[in-house]
Amino acid sequence: MNAIVISAVLGVVMMFSGVLTNSKTAVRTVAIIGLLGLIVANVLDMGGYHFFNVNVKGMLSFDVFGLLFNTIAFASTWIYFLLSGRDMERVGINLAEYFALIFFVLCGIAIVSSFNSLLMLFLGIEIISIPLYILTGSDKRNLKSNEAALKYFLMGSFSTGIMLMGITLLYGVKGSFDMDVIRAGTTSLTPMITAGLLLLLFAMSFKVSAAPFHFWTPDAYDGSPTVFTSFMATIVKVAGFIAFIRLFEGCFGDVKGQWQLLAAIITAATLFIGNITAVFQQSVKRMLSYSSIAQAGFMLFALVAMNDMAKEGMIFYAAAYSLATIGIFAILLKMKDYTFEGFNGLAKRQPVLAATNTIFLLSLAGIPATAGFWAKFYMLSAAINDGKVLWLVIVGVLCAAISVYYYFRVIQAMYFKDGEPQDIETSKGFRGLLIGIAAVVVLLGIFPHWLLDQLSNFLYL
Amino acid sequence: MLIERYIYLAIALFCIGIVGVLARRNAIIIFMCIELMLNAVNLLLVAFSKMHHAAGVGKAAAAGIDGQLFVFFIMVVAAAEVSVGLAIIVMMYRNTHSVDVNFLNRLKH
Repeated sequence: MNAIVISAVLGVVMMFSGVLTNSKTAVRTVAIIGLLGLIVANVLDMGGYHFFNVNVKGMLSFDVFGLLFNTIAFASTWIYFLLSGRDMERVGINLAEYFALIFFVLCGIAIVSSFNSLLMLFLGIEIISIPLYILTGSDKRNLKSNEAALKYFLMGSFSTGIMLMGITLLYGVKGSFDMDVIRAGTTSLTPMITAGLLLLLFAMSFKVSAAPFHFWTPDAYDGSPTVFTSFMATIVKVAGFIAFIRLFEGCFGDVKGQWQLLAAIITAATLFIGNITAVFQQSVKRMLSYSSIAQAGFMLFALVAMNDMAKEGMIFYAAAYSLATIGIFAILLKMKDYTFEGFNGLAKRQPVLAATNTIFLLSLAGIPATAGFWAKFYMLSAAINDGKVLWLVIVGVLCAAISVYYYFRVIQAMYFKDGEPQDIETSKGFRGLLIGIAAVVVLLGIFPHWLLDQLSNFLYL
Repeated sequence: MLIERYIYLAIALFCIGIVGVLARRNAIIIFMCIELMLNAVNLLLVAFSKMHHAAGVGKAAAAGIDGQLFVFFIMVVAAAEVSVGLAIIVMMYRNTHSVDVNFLNRLKH
């Protein structure tokens, strides 16, 4: 509960800080300190210190899995604020409002990681989506930003409508929005429950941009201001997966055998489309949007397998993917040319940026000794443990091999091609922070058991 | 009360909404079709709520009430969505003097 209340209050505080002061540094500092406070409050919540005792009538339940995910999401956002906070100033003059909207999104994330009633799922998803529509269109004079916002908005509310229909059909059968009531007695699928399940599956696939419902993603990610693409493609997307897994485990965990094949087909299609299309992109930003679809395919393994290993792996994947992608976007933000040619010869002029970018890209590609390798490893072995979807594991490995091609194109451009000089200004703190994140990515890759031990301590004690 | 009729009506409205979203090219009409989908859901929720209330009225006085509660939440969220969505459409209109979604192809290149 701490995280939900405090993040909403911080959002309001940020809105007023924009009225009270004109100093951008002050606004940014308030946001960074506030978010740090939010992380501390959430960690205290895990330790049993609940600041607010609200009777939620069983609509929310704060288990350690959700709280741990909150911590990872908030910590990633904190790193994102530190790395890219300055770049938000270039989008427009409403800096305080951008921070406020991001805090509201975090409030929604805290709700979807702990909902126990479909009403809260709906509210959480909407609290995440509506601020994101605004952030996507925040570059008001830019036609691409307008277009991205309109597409994202229309597709987002369309999928909300579909999700609501699914929820309603389930309510018609069970007479309650409570996930435990819906799960109880659902041992076989009647037509109404099947329809509800399918509509929810499609709607959530829309939200996490799984194929064949991914078509809005590249446009929305490409058109929105890069600094907000970074946030949308990492933290928000991972939160969508947490909601997805929580919903399907909570409502339909007992009939998994009957929808597992469909989920596996969606996963395979997502992996395939994401990776193949990413190969043909000319812009690194657009390549990263397709790469986010491809990574979504790997995260869907957790939905297909749905065992303890998959849930642990999902948290690990969330951390590894968010850190690496936020780092790459922070470097991309410093570039003026977003094409692959723009990266030519970066290693000579900015060796630190090139080296850290290489580590992030290697992590996304899943090369051993980086966090991304273990993230993919846990996802694949969760699917192997499940035993019914071995063909999906083979598809996963093949697609991981394809993904190496387009990630290495950036590395090749940075190290082995000469380009015209492009002056990039970076501060010492920025470079230091990048090195720090790269170190975390490598450390998680060499000692994955540290984070996983933390996870199992929390999950099994 | 025949619940089937409500289900057929709501499904029909919902499908009209979906077809409208997929087939029409005017952003405002697409938006209206989305609202139609949401209202079909509202209608069905109220019908189910009455049904569960009639079935469980002997056990609890408030049986089936949460369906109607959900309708209010949908209305509030839809209002919030309208305010953001219309702002986005107005912003679009200022820049292109059109609300036709066929104009939305700049990102393809």
